[in-house]
Amino acid sequence: MTRPDTRTAAIVGGNRIPFARSNSAYARASNQDMLTATLDGLVARFGLQDQTVGEVVAGAVLKHSRDFNLTRESVLGSRLSASTPAYDVQQACGTGLEAAVLVANKIALGQIESGIAGGVDTTSDAPLAVNEDLRHALIALNNATTLQQRLKAISAIRPGQLAPDIPRNVEPRTGLSMGEHAAITAKEWGVTRESQDELTVASHQHLAAAYDRGFFDDLMTPFLGLTRDQNLRPESSLEKLATLRPVFGKGEGATMTAANSTPLTDGASAVLLASDEWAAARGLPVLAHLVDAQTAAVDYVHGGEGLLMAPAYAMPVMLARNGLTLQDFDLYEIHEAFASTVLSTMAAWEDPAFCTERLGLDAPLGSIDRSKLNVNGSSLAAGHPFAATGGRIVASLAKALHEMGPGKRGLISICAAGGQGVVAILES
Amino acid sequence: MSDWYRDFANSGVGTTVTRQLGLPRPAVLRRHTPGDPLLPGPAVVGSAGAGRLREELISLLTAAGVTVSSPAADTEKLAAVLLDATGVTGPADLASAHDFLAPALKRLRPNGRVLVFGDPPSETSSPAQSAARQALDGLVRSIGKELRAGATANLVFVPVGAEASIASPVRFFLSGRSAYVDGQVVTVSAAQLPPAEDVAHPLAGKVAVVTGAARGIGAAIARTIARDGAHVVAVDVPAAGQALADVANEIGGTALQLDITAPDAATRLVDHLRERHGGVDVVVHNAGITRDKLLVNMDTARWNSVMAVNLQAQLDITQALLDADGVLRDGFRVVCVSSTSGIAGNRGQTNYAASKAGIIGMVRAYAPEFATRGGAINAVAPGFIVTEMTAKMPFATREVGSRINSMQQGGLPVDVAETIAWLAQPGSGGVNGQTVRVCGQSMVGA
Repeated sequence: MTRPDTRTAAIVGGNRIPFARSNSAYARASNQDMLTATLDGLVARFGLQDQTVGEVVAGAVLKHSRDFNLTRESVLGSRLSASTPAYDVQQACGTGLEAAVLVANKIALGQIESGIAGGVDTTSDAPLAVNEDLRHALIALNNATTLQQRLKAISAIRPGQLAPDIPRNVEPRTGLSMGEHAAITAKEWGVTRESQDELTVASHQHLAAAYDRGFFDDLMTPFLGLTRDQNLRPESSLEKLATLRPVFGKGEGATMTAANSTPLTDGASAVLLASDEWAAARGLPVLAHLVDAQTAAVDYVHGGEGLLMAPAYAMPVMLARNGLTLQDFDLYEIHEAFASTVLSTMAAWEDPAFCTERLGLDAPLGSIDRSKLNVNGSSLAAGHPFAATGGRIVASLAKALHEMGPGKRGLISICAAGGQGVVAILES
Repeated sequence: MSDWYRDFANSGVGTTVTRQLGLPRPAVLRRHTPGDPLLPGPAVVGSAGAGRLREELISLLTAAGVTVSSPAADTEKLAAVLLDATGVTGPADLASAHDFLAPALKRLRPNGRVLVFGDPPSETSSPAQSAARQALDGLVRSIGKELRAGATANLVFVPVGAEASIASPVRFFLSGRSAYVDGQVVTVSAAQLPPAEDVAHPLAGKVAVVTGAARGIGAAIARTIARDGAHVVAVDVPAAGQALADVANEIGGTALQLDITAPDAATRLVDHLRERHGGVDVVVHNAGITRDKLLVNMDTARWNSVMAVNLQAQLDITQALLDADGVLRDGFRVVCVSSTSGIAGNRGQTNYAASKAGIIGMVRAYAPEFATRGGAINAVAPGFIVTEMTAKMPFATREVGSRINSMQQGGLPVDVAETIAWLAQPGSGGVNGQTVRVCGQSMVGA
């Protein structure tokens, strides 16, 4: 039996809903509502009504237990054919990009001809769990068969157990929030407050300019009355940002504010991928191809590496495999979890010691032309509904590369909780 | 939205009350549903003078499964009365029109159709002949006002050589598609017509753009054109994207979020049609806005925004489509939405009325070029159409606005949509440069 030759999956287009600030426009929307609406917007854009797509792959970071089959349920609620298979993935903030890689790989192997990758997250409609002690007591009660056993189980319940277990943006193994982790890394790399604020202002200005020129007209569908990312502040300036007090890190050296860190956000995104033939048969465009991808993880618990530094490790592996240098790209998309994350990552790639000692390279990867970085804004301005960010970046970058003409290369770098990172190469 | 008064007037008690008090008795209009016969009963065809269309009309009706009844003595109720008055040479010939119509109209059923054919008054040098031809206009419009119970009267002018172009207007004006089109005059012209048409799906295989498709009349146009077989590219501003996606998904079309007033809008639309569909067959310029104020109180922004959306964008997009190589397919159709405000004027709507009158001028001016290239461009001018917008009007204003027409009720978005879908048909190529009002023969803008 012969295997089919591999091919490169095409990115046909994308759709997302505007991202909302937590407990605001989408406060009453569930993950399933948002993902379904996002799929329906994609269906409308590409005329996929009643069509069976090879596979839909999506996920959410914060997920209710009832959403065990979130993506398939969303497909069933959408205008796609009910015979479209789906599965959930979760790799923290890497979910969206990882989903795209999974779909692209199946297309590359010829296992599917088309697929949709997506992600959704809500920090408003968050899954509250019952207190862990109460949960044990309730399970015991449920398992009790005699009156005596039931009374015994009930007697174990205490008023203090009524406090719910609220999901927190905290690393389970360190007890530190992601922002606190990022602040440690920022300090290590000497990332200044000014440089973070500059990156933040650029993000807002780039995103606002992209809206103004209609860049998002075919990348977004409004939802629940929201027509633009709610976090966007086109009038953002260095002066205004300088007045904010730091929220992460401690004392003199604290540089990270609410502005140069992404806020909690609700939203969803989806990307349509396909074989070139599938797209051509339907008169659909090919914006770019997903050329390659790489994941990495770091030991931020004991290994002395920053929680969000994994993309720095994934990058050289992927570049080497493709015979490319860090400078061989026309556009760069480095996810702005925090302004300091982007700056720390770039500083690491420029640092000879880091590149030789930690990455095992002969020479530093070098610097990135900042005029090619996050040219249509990124998470600081748009917001960051964890699993939805990858889809946002893949679709926007593919379109931006397509606008530049054929043969243009773009690089994606996304950091994720748990010390993980996903990087990818797109080419128009 | 239900018409509470119409429903009341058609109820048992309501029929008695409205009859006794002499109140208006709006009918439940016969509207088209797929599978309907052309007419729900027989038709008669008469002549005034030595007309040249009678045989053609009888064969069209027969082919459509309509029984053609005898004009004489029969007491059978009629679904339609057709008069071929192409033979009139002077006022004296009109007496025979009266002699045919008077008994025939007595036999007309509710929701009946009166359709008169004449020669264009301008196409003769004889004052007497021109007078007689023009007289038909006054005759038909008055019949429209005398008819009750949802019946309509319309006039088609047929120049010599354009006889083949009447089939499509005949089918439209007799059918339920023209429920709210009354007292209208359409002049046909000679055109390249397709040999046969799928009557159930006249737009099968066509690609149609509808602007302003997210809601109201635009959504109805998209639905109707999709029902007739076309793939609809539904266009609206990005902010209306969620409703637009819903419409596109409902009708199996595609959504294109585009602000038609953006500097590159025409280019983006043309590129989209070329890349995704290899061209376009039908473009419906429906997107429009109102920014009402008395002229003395109107700021430049209100004036400019209405002009930009309602008129300039239609001009720019139409021209871009004509200029683009190979995007307009053979037999392409452009249908523009004007308004009775653009014909009659409307207090507080100088900007809107100017833009909508401008549409009529644009359509007339483009028509010769379209004809040369085998296409057609027309406008529809809706009157009082019941939408979310009119639902917000004060009760009295709305009631008066909706009753002052021969149908004694407001039209529905689908009535506008049906007229547009008709003009979009391949067989309607002989209708070019026309503005058809969908107003139930409104007293305003007649």
